[in-house]
Amino acid sequence: MVSGAIDDRFLALPRHELADAALARASQLGAEHADFRLERLRDQTTRLHDARLESSSDGETSGFAVRVVVDGSWGFAAGVELTADEAARVAAQAVEMARTSQAINSEPVELADEPTYHDATWVSAYEVNPFDVPQADVQERLREWSARLLAAAGISHVDAELLAEQENKFYADLAGTVTTQQRVRIAPELTAVWVDPESGSFDTMRTLAPPAGRGYEYVQGTGWDWDRELEELPALLLEKSRAPTVEPGTYDLVVHPSNLWLTIHESIGHATELDRALGYEANYAGTSFATFDKLGSLRYGSPAMHVTGDRVAEHGLASTGYDDEGVATQQWDLVRDGILVGYQLDRRIARLKGLGRSNGCAFADAPYHFPIQRMANVSLQPAPDGPSTQELIGAVGRGIYVLGDKSWSIDMQRYNFQFTGQRFYRIEGGRLAGMLRDVAYQATTTEFWGSMEAVGGPRTHLLGGTFTCGKGQPGQGAPVSHGCPAALFRGVRILNPVQEAGR
Amino acid sequence: MTPQDVVERALALSRSDGCIVLAEESSTANLRWANNTLTTNGVTRTRDLTVIAVADGAEGRSAGVVTRSGVTLDDVEAMVRAAEAKARSLPPAEDAAPLLAAGRPGQGWDAPPDETSVEVFSSLAPALGELFQAAVASGRTLYGYAEHDVTTTYLATSTGVRLRHDQPTGRIELTGRSTDGSRSAWAGRSTRGFDDVDVLELDAAVTQRLDWARRRTDLPAGRYETILPPSAVGDLMTYLYWSAVALDAHEGRTVFSRRGGGTRIGDRLTDLEVTLRSDPGLQGLECSPFLATDASSRYASVFDNGMAVGPTDWIHDGRLAALVQTRHSARVTGLEPTPFVDNLQLAGPQGGSDGTGGTGGMIAATRRGLLLTCLWYIREVDPQTLLLTGLTRDGVFLVEDGEVTGAVNNFRFNESPVDLLGRLAEVGPAEPTLPREFGDYFTRVAMPPVRVADFNMSSVSQAS
Repeated sequence: MVSGAIDDRFLALPRHELADAALARASQLGAEHADFRLERLRDQTTRLHDARLESSSDGETSGFAVRVVVDGSWGFAAGVELTADEAARVAAQAVEMARTSQAINSEPVELADEPTYHDATWVSAYEVNPFDVPQADVQERLREWSARLLAAAGISHVDAELLAEQENKFYADLAGTVTTQQRVRIAPELTAVWVDPESGSFDTMRTLAPPAGRGYEYVQGTGWDWDRELEELPALLLEKSRAPTVEPGTYDLVVHPSNLWLTIHESIGHATELDRALGYEANYAGTSFATFDKLGSLRYGSPAMHVTGDRVAEHGLASTGYDDEGVATQQWDLVRDGILVGYQLDRRIARLKGLGRSNGCAFADAPYHFPIQRMANVSLQPAPDGPSTQELIGAVGRGIYVLGDKSWSIDMQRYNFQFTGQRFYRIEGGRLAGMLRDVAYQATTTEFWGSMEAVGGPRTHLLGGTFTCGKGQPGQGAPVSHGCPAALFRGVRILNPVQEAGR
Repeated sequence: MTPQDVVERALALSRSDGCIVLAEESSTANLRWANNTLTTNGVTRTRDLTVIAVADGAEGRSAGVVTRSGVTLDDVEAMVRAAEAKARSLPPAEDAAPLLAAGRPGQGWDAPPDETSVEVFSSLAPALGELFQAAVASGRTLYGYAEHDVTTTYLATSTGVRLRHDQPTGRIELTGRSTDGSRSAWAGRSTRGFDDVDVLELDAAVTQRLDWARRRTDLPAGRYETILPPSAVGDLMTYLYWSAVALDAHEGRTVFSRRGGGTRIGDRLTDLEVTLRSDPGLQGLECSPFLATDASSRYASVFDNGMAVGPTDWIHDGRLAALVQTRHSARVTGLEPTPFVDNLQLAGPQGGSDGTGGTGGMIAATRRGLLLTCLWYIREVDPQTLLLTGLTRDGVFLVEDGEVTGAVNNFRFNESPVDLLGRLAEVGPAEPTLPREFGDYFTRVAMPPVRVADFNMSSVSQAS
């Protein structure tokens, strides 16, 4: 995979000069740790409605932050004016914040050791930077895709959206690590809408193509077959609109990775964040049932369950070379043979719990935000000689095959969840037997993963994900991917949302 | 270099058929705590400039939008040219409209931006320190967050509009947990300036709930008589408001769509005379009296920048009265252009007071029912009914014979806020509240506590 060089416009910013000024001032004022982060984030959003332009925006955020530890307390400050004087002033402000905090801080901040990396660079894997593509080309591509769907019988409306981001980060700390990085990501999405004005019924179906750590080549067909998906979508939506409503009850499920990635995200990804398990998110995102005392003993799921964390997978949205604390990224186990064996870490909590090196999960979504522990690519591993999706379906007498994510919700300790999807098929006697509508599945995390009888083989694998995982106060978004195979679950509770609404 | 200088420079450089410039100057301060100690903190300052160039072509009018942070006077020309080039390269905008003419000059255009600093926490920070010590001594663990943001917006157009708005936004949240983690409680509120925030008062509310939870009963899923406090009502009504978009309703794709076409405006949603309204002048919930947006969407149009935002009843005495409109969607739907307003109030009959004295009065009048603290992880399940799912969080209590007798387990609910409006058994007086979930984005909310006879608790959550 070809990767471009780091953007000249970012390299032209006075990054070393600002870092030197900030780190020198922080050191002079007594900081035992100081790091400087300069970022430039570009974003482009294009939205079409019924093949006509609804919105096109182009944003760029630049700025820097200085984070310090002074006598065991954090201090953080951020600025936008890219001068050495301002960098030094912000550094002093961060030290002042740390000194102010000391009075109400009873847990000294210490950071896990990490080797230093001198002037390291890293660029994500992509071919065509979306910001180099003329707007007219982007418009025409989305217009033509929308027109294809609109031309199909029964399609009332089409929404099309393309998000593209370029993230440049420069990091330097007092220990001597200096890194410069660039990541590019893209998220195309189309939604077809069916409306029956007479009955007042309506339904939608969205493309299953996941957001990806790729460039504009993704839109041109590298990594996803758009022609095929757009060809199939209208008929699938119409079939769903005519499908019978599901009878609530207990069913076996075969879950496609386009749906399962989100269940992994919510019930494993967030639950194995050590900051949550230790209570740091108790007021906001919540805590975790997978508490630290259960490390190495909690039965998370069936023996077929092998879940890894990584920030290195090619095209993974959480992948990067070095995290926002200068830690080199890696891959490790979170759940092995169904047992909880690891957590996602940053340098402070790795040290706090005596876990050695951080596994590199610190991330800030903007120059003006404090880096916190954010999700790695948390992925369910396929079985090396595992079955195909057809074989998984073949093992089900009465069940439902689920594709595509839609609605999602889980409680503050990651026990109880409810998900819907884009498409559902009835399985009867090991075969698909037409679509169903109004399906939601509801379960408790360990019961659900405990009911996983089989995972599919590598050929069923897909890397799903999102641009906008939320966490922290102030709220921060983060991009993350989740790879998984198709998988078979026995005896899952199915609800019917229409009946839930009392209709 | 002032923000006004940058804005005027951009307009002076404009060569397109129209130009809108939006400058936002923000300062923030925040404190976060967990496990009875301060965890992270920050003071930040951001400066964003948006240039919207309008180009009239043979096929129609298009808008090129470019937003940059930290722009200096030297950067302005490149930005204006980028916006103009973008406008020329784009097809006509669906929401195209003439720029608004200058109205009455806005107040304080020439004044520097308003700002906040860490000083806003000068009494909160020491109080927190004392609270942490007291909490350790009494077996409670405290978690929470305080944030203050002041944003000054300057809006100027080539048609002479010059408007300025200062928006202070603040909130504080406090979660308390028993040391063994078996009991959890929450309290939160929004504020404009923290001078009205008493963290001891929040702690007292949290402590009372932790004490209530010393006795614990397990209840199964089912439909329960339930008192929803203002925060929970706030989250449900905020979601309803965000879903009340005219264009979507007109296209037949929301709960507010009329069978056969058009919107349900005029339909009775509930027999109760409840009114859901927004008004930039609501006391304590003041928000911008004009529209300022850096992107077109179904909620807002860049062409409408500067449009007056006024008092709007979305639901009036139980009938759907208005939906969020742009001038474009108002033309399409043939309805009044009622733009989004950044606050929300739900009032029951007689302006919201029925003499029950709020949540406390409702508890006293309950023979057997549930009392919630707040809701969490609210997501749409079925847009046809606006069915939402979500969970109760940080305290569900059993009320028996007018008193709270203990805590029960948490639940997952499946309910539609539109449907709930038709099933309200009692509506208390509206009070300012912080919606637990959507308070990240939407803090200017006043809601009553309400009683629902048969709230749908779909399953039990083991979270505590």
